[in-house]
Amino acid sequence: MSILTHDETAPAHDHLRTLEAEAVHIIREVAAEFERPVLLFSGGKDSIVMLHLALKAFAPAPVPFGLLHVDTGHNFPEVLATRDRTVAEHGLQLYVAHVQDYIDDGRLVERPDGTRNPLQTVPLVDAIQSHRFDAVFGGGRRDEEKARAKERVFSLRDDFGQWDPKRQRPELWRLYNGRHRPGEHVRVFPLSNWTELDVWQYIAEQEIELPEIYYAHERQVFARGGMWLSPGEWGGPREGETLQTRVVRYRTVGDMSCTGAVDSDAADVAAVITEITASRITERGASRADDKMSEAAMEDRKREGYF
Amino acid sequence: MTVLLDAPTAKDTHVAGLLRLATAGSVDDGKSTLVGRLLYDTKSVLADQYEAVERTSRNRGLEQADLALLTDGLRSEREQGITIDVAYRYFATPHRRFILADTPGHVQYTRNMVTGASTAELAVILVDARKGLAEQTRRHTAVSALLRVPRVLLAVNKMDLVDFDKDRFGEIEADFAAYATALGVEHHAALPVSALRGDNVVEPSADLAWFEGPTLLEYLENVPVETERRPAGRFPVQYVIRHQAADYRGYAGTIASGHLEVGDPIVVLPSGQRSTIAAIDLLGRPAERATAGQAATLLLADELDVSRGDLIAPADSAPTAVQDVVATVCHLSEKPLNVGDRVLLKHTTRTVKAIVKEISAKLDISDPLAAAGSVKDTEADEFAWDDDAPAGHSLNANDIGRVVLRTASPILLEPYAADRETGSFLLIDPASGDTLTAGMSGDPLGVFS
Repeated sequence: MSILTHDETAPAHDHLRTLEAEAVHIIREVAAEFERPVLLFSGGKDSIVMLHLALKAFAPAPVPFGLLHVDTGHNFPEVLATRDRTVAEHGLQLYVAHVQDYIDDGRLVERPDGTRNPLQTVPLVDAIQSHRFDAVFGGGRRDEEKARAKERVFSLRDDFGQWDPKRQRPELWRLYNGRHRPGEHVRVFPLSNWTELDVWQYIAEQEIELPEIYYAHERQVFARGGMWLSPGEWGGPREGETLQTRVVRYRTVGDMSCTGAVDSDAADVAAVITEITASRITERGASRADDKMSEAAMEDRKREGYF
Repeated sequence: MTVLLDAPTAKDTHVAGLLRLATAGSVDDGKSTLVGRLLYDTKSVLADQYEAVERTSRNRGLEQADLALLTDGLRSEREQGITIDVAYRYFATPHRRFILADTPGHVQYTRNMVTGASTAELAVILVDARKGLAEQTRRHTAVSALLRVPRVLLAVNKMDLVDFDKDRFGEIEADFAAYATALGVEHHAALPVSALRGDNVVEPSADLAWFEGPTLLEYLENVPVETERRPAGRFPVQYVIRHQAADYRGYAGTIASGHLEVGDPIVVLPSGQRSTIAAIDLLGRPAERATAGQAATLLLADELDVSRGDLIAPADSAPTAVQDVVATVCHLSEKPLNVGDRVLLKHTTRTVKAIVKEISAKLDISDPLAAAGSVKDTEADEFAWDDDAPAGHSLNANDIGRVVLRTASPILLEPYAADRETGSFLLIDPASGDTLTAGMSGDPLGVFS
């Protein structure tokens, strides 16, 4: 067997070119084949990268679809600021579905632990139906969690936003099948094949601006469930939980009640990449309390329509 | 337990290239263990994931962590104890990024391997050293050949159970080489490993000192990836970008194969309009040339009427539009495909109506060459050569067969053997929208004629 030697002249990041081209292809497919796509935008890094790809895919023309944010009411202010700045800068249309509205009128009930991530499903599905969105871009990556390893790039959802692993269509070559019946929609994941490291390398390469809480900063935090949580109206700290000042950063930016900070002195993107490369804990394991509930937690939530 | 060696710096993580590979193997060949081993030994498994596996292993009374659990995904398959769908895994070394399509080996899941192989640049097929080339191995090799996966690697596993016997490996290697060659696999190779013990997966093994080739990971890191398999550029128009303020009209899409350059005389098909490429934009970067796999926007010198589904190709080597399609297909859906069915055919960025005119043969994918031989022997009933599955008028899930289709409008379909991108298509159920069938134009295995 002949083994060729490694090509030292190859560009350092050509895997990013491949992943970028694939994501752009997927985004353009959706714009061409669907009537009313929308991009789920939380102000988190994956949705920011997804939007960056969409801007590139249609340049110099504007992005031909809007953004949808499911606001848990417990967002980090820095993240909302990034969201609003981004929308204004690119002249985008933003739809917001508020979990708080549902709690206020009784359609949803606050959980005893104050965690609102599981409550996002109903407002999301309602927003998709009321705006008649037929394709919903999500920033989900297959490397995030075991149950996502088999998620399709085009993931068919029924009228209730539910995912049925047995009804998912095989995806071959570069041929994505987005056909759906009235009332159904398709969740589309252009970053399916990206890893956390790819996302960060791309952010570094493209000099993409993120909410500052992704980088190390001093913050008052308290410990709960093995994570550092930020105090806030959502219900922390409780009695017996003491605040302390630490140098931390966030690896994901979800609902404040269940998104933990990690001890870190990675103050810029290069330092973050070094940290992730050496990290021993997955992104979700480090910072999402709601995924720790059970091994099958994600599979259950996906069936319910979670993104 | 997950001990990192020297923590790599950001610079070391720069990787040259990305390899898409598909793995296949029977339930007992140790494929999940091998994939788990690759993930674990390349430090792609992190502390919390590994701890979950250790915990589960302990609960099941195992002494060692069962690495197979790392790749064990959905609850329904945990209950059945088998993998039932294609799962994608990601790992990286300082040299390369890998996307691994982990496809199940169970006999009824040919369609999953077809799915995984469709995008693979390399297929890794697992075989038990004690058993040698089993029927499933032959099927997996044939599927790889049918899908024109450029390279096929046989990982001869469980070498520890045959005392690392060099002759046993040599025997299997020779059998495989003969079979792969007969199927027209362009590049093939074999490696001895023990996934359970980790021999020759990431680290070389003293017990396999007689083996002069690389470890599995060395092979994966260094195997060449051919991005451009033929020169003739093919650009299916995906989306027309118009921007009035800038008086801009660009044709966006992904180069399906070959390359296109600024100044190239081109033809737009099926209309036949001609122009030249005035400019190429690669996602904000002007370029002289765009090659296969790149997302590009082409600007033409003339104002033409071009829309999604058209194909831009060099004027001197353009494909011919067809409406009569002869193809080898793998049926994917539980709903059978019947002669007379009206379907949608999705080819590159164009979807057209089509009717199934003939289903002329079925192929026994575990022994396609023997079947092909019998075609020539029975001239009277040319296609009814598979005794178990006579050429009827329908294809069921996992069947591979030869079909004739007529499309309502022309498509720019080329032989799959020459081009995986412009030679492939899907058949879609117009009512449910489900994907029914994966099609490969012509006769990629060369067994039907």
